[in-house]
Amino acid sequence: MSFTAPKETYNGKVLGLDFGKGDKAVTIGGESSLPFLSFEGTIPNKPVIAYEIQDIAPDDWPEPLKEQYKDVSNDPVTWAKHCQDKLNAKAIALRLVSTHPDRGDRSASDAAKTVKDVLAAINVPLIILGSNHIEKDSLVLVAAAEAASGFNCIIGKAQEGNYKTIVAAALAHNHKLIAMSELDINLAKQLNILITQMGFDKSRLMTDPMCSALGYGLEYTYSVMERIRLAGLMQNDATMQPPILGDVGMYVWKTKETVASEADVPGWGRLEERGIAWETVTSTSMLMAGTNLLIMRHPKAVETVEKVIGELS
Amino acid sequence: MALTGIQIFKLLPKTNCKKCGFPTCLAFAMKLAQAGVDISKCPDISEEAKKSLGEASSPPIRTFSLGTGDKAVKMGGEGVLFRHEKKFFNPCALALNIKDNLSDDELVKKASEVASSEMDRVGQKLRIDAISIECASNDSAKYEAAVKLVAGKAPEAAIILNCKDASVIESAVKAVADRKPLIYCATDKNAEAMANIAKTYSVPLAIYADGLDALSALSEKIAGLGVEDIVLDSGAKTAKEILENNTQIRRAALKKGFKPLGYPVINNVQRDDSMLEANIASVAIAKYASIVILSSIEQWKNLALYTLRQNIYTDPQVPMQVEQKVYTIGDAKPDSPLMITTNFSLTYFIVSGEIENSKVPSRLAVMDCEGLSVLTAWAAGKFIASKIAAFIQESGIDKEISHKELIIPGQVAILSGALEDKLEGWKITVGPREANSIPTFLKSKAA
Ligand code: B12
Ligand code: SF4
Repeated sequence: MSFTAPKETYNGKVLGLDFGKGDKAVTIGGESSLPFLSFEGTIPNKPVIAYEIQDIAPDDWPEPLKEQYKDVSNDPVTWAKHCQDKLNAKAIALRLVSTHPDRGDRSASDAAKTVKDVLAAINVPLIILGSNHIEKDSLVLVAAAEAASGFNCIIGKAQEGNYKTIVAAALAHNHKLIAMSELDINLAKQLNILITQMGFDKSRLMTDPMCSALGYGLEYTYSVMERIRLAGLMQNDATMQPPILGDVGMYVWKTKETVASEADVPGWGRLEERGIAWETVTSTSMLMAGTNLLIMRHPKAVETVEKVIGELS
Repeated sequence: MALTGIQIFKLLPKTNCKKCGFPTCLAFAMKLAQAGVDISKCPDISEEAKKSLGEASSPPIRTFSLGTGDKAVKMGGEGVLFRHEKKFFNPCALALNIKDNLSDDELVKKASEVASSEMDRVGQKLRIDAISIECASNDSAKYEAAVKLVAGKAPEAAIILNCKDASVIESAVKAVADRKPLIYCATDKNAEAMANIAKTYSVPLAIYADGLDALSALSEKIAGLGVEDIVLDSGAKTAKEILENNTQIRRAALKKGFKPLGYPVINNVQRDDSMLEANIASVAIAKYASIVILSSIEQWKNLALYTLRQNIYTDPQVPMQVEQKVYTIGDAKPDSPLMITTNFSLTYFIVSGEIENSKVPSRLAVMDCEGLSVLTAWAAGKFIASKIAAFIQESGIDKEISHKELIIPGQVAILSGALEDKLEGWKITVGPREANSIPTFLKSKAA
């Protein structure tokens, strides 16, 4: 019996999404096969990695990570330029952490100013993230969307509890939008439907099913992402065809494996490698499950995952 | 691919003689299709029909073990392409590659690294399962000596004889025959010689060919020579080749019932850059490898790869749980602190681990929440004040302790008020949100 390549027939495609302006603009998604299986489909765009920066110097990052940005992290503009010029970031994700009620509760207008300053200093595409506080984000992201009007940013994250105002702002100022739900394909579908019913076109949307870290729920994220991508490709379910976001840094760098000192856990090996391994293995797993855009923190982790993407393309 | 009832029926005598205990051959065929009865029940079936039925009804991917003893690694036998369709059954084996031209000290050092690679995680013991000894010296005596030295220093590891020279392999297999080493590997050129060795010592045989056409042909040839336990190496080197070849092999076996590719897969992911190697290994672990060969096993790398393997192979339908009861940690006295959490294994092992780190003897009441984490169980209405109060009262713990103080997880501080109402006479203390703050919390309380 001779071997014939068992090719899948796909009925749908992942939607392509572009963000940023000019020659630095980036396009993700658009593939017509499961991740990297180019023998049975077309894969026009490789996954992209964005560097995460924050609007205040992070006090909750483990030492080996904080060390990477100690000279730039107290000013978001300096930090953004460092990522663009020194680390040749293809995109930057600005997380407006200081607007969280427990982390400084800074105002929406403060956030808008930060966004304006960062946009003025860089030319790579910008992703603008709230602090994940449901009520405050709807204020902050509306102001941020306005401040970034016309820059074709990605705004996020719209959640079930606050999507209406954020969608309106993204519509008004021509941005792309991240829809975030918690590890459940039906919740993801429902949120995407609610958003598109407001007249926000599904081709400007990204799905974030919540990116748990290796060892802390990764398998739930992995399987929800696979189910979402299969629904989009096999059943041609349009609500499941937006590209997928993997916001990896946020969950990875608070796990014990990236924080615990070598004295506390002697059997676990060197601390810095442990952290980088946690961020890279989580990211690689997300790539296998269909992630199109990764948000990461450690430069060595980004460098490694870029090599993995190279070997997969 | 299993045959349907109708296809089986066509192969039966169709005399409805009822000797099999079924009223008709069709009834027997239908039951056989669900593997609900054994083919041998029908005494009149032709040998030819039995052979083709046997082959069709055998599982799409063969199952056997790598290595011997209780640390042997079961491989193959998978049934789905995506873990959410049911589950992945047999976690892959991780192997360290050791070249035979190293000094004896280096060989011993690497073998002992494997022997001491076991870690505990969420109640499971995880380790580097095998050693691949590579014949880099092209010297049979030197190779055999290295194999014996390494096998002796890692007595529980499975042995993979990484060499394409049949004569060298023969002497090496003989030297460690009791360890049932995997021969890695047969090619088209040495197929007969390697097949004979594998059959003589009844050890599994890995086969190598470039691309899936050549691999399928070689697999048929080797199976034709009577070798049953085969491992497939499709020559994949880059992450893309590993992903595309492994995917097509599993699809061919499961969806097309293509026997020549119905075997476990081995991937060699060695890279100079150890962090990159860990990530190419991750591609192999997630996408269908049964054996992954590494060039180095630093502790940070093992921890990450063990955890990924554990996550991918967790049964999606059954979150890992521990038994509901009050656990004593350290030699707890009547006045030792009492804490509560849920019976999700990950939660229990993290929290009990931190209590141990604090060196403060304590009791941890673990409540059955169907294996959900604290916040998930709270959100799902299982870890709530009324149920916690009932669990504490029914546990009879108040007889063992001299105080009435319950420490609850910081993440569900919101429960403290309702709990104080429901637990008559008890003081509810809100502990830290994260387990890694438990040591400082317990030490300051004990001071
Ligand atoms: C994996 C996961 C799931 C899995 C379940 C996994 C499981 N076996 O529990 C699935 C997908 C099934 C799931 C479902 C849901 N989930 Co969920 N899930 C998670 C996720 C990603 C990780 C949970 C986990 O594994 N944590 C790790 C364990 C170790 O944490 P833990 O048990 O809380 O223990 C820690 C601390 O509490 C502390 N601790 C524990 N015990 C004790 C005891 C003492 C004395 C002390 C001092 C400390 C302490 O130490 C531990 C480590 O620091 C979290 C988000 C996140 N990343 O945390 C969301 C999360 C918990 N889920 C959430 C929700 C809302 C849900 C759902 C209701 C979603 C839905 N709408 O269907 C359902 C509920 C379940 C149901 N059947 O209805 C929310 C809860 C929000 C809230 N404030 O209530 C979270 C926080 C997501 C989010 N919004 O960020 N979930
Ligand atoms: S014993 Fe065989 S031939 Fe007789 S009824 Fe059963 S299946 Fe048919």
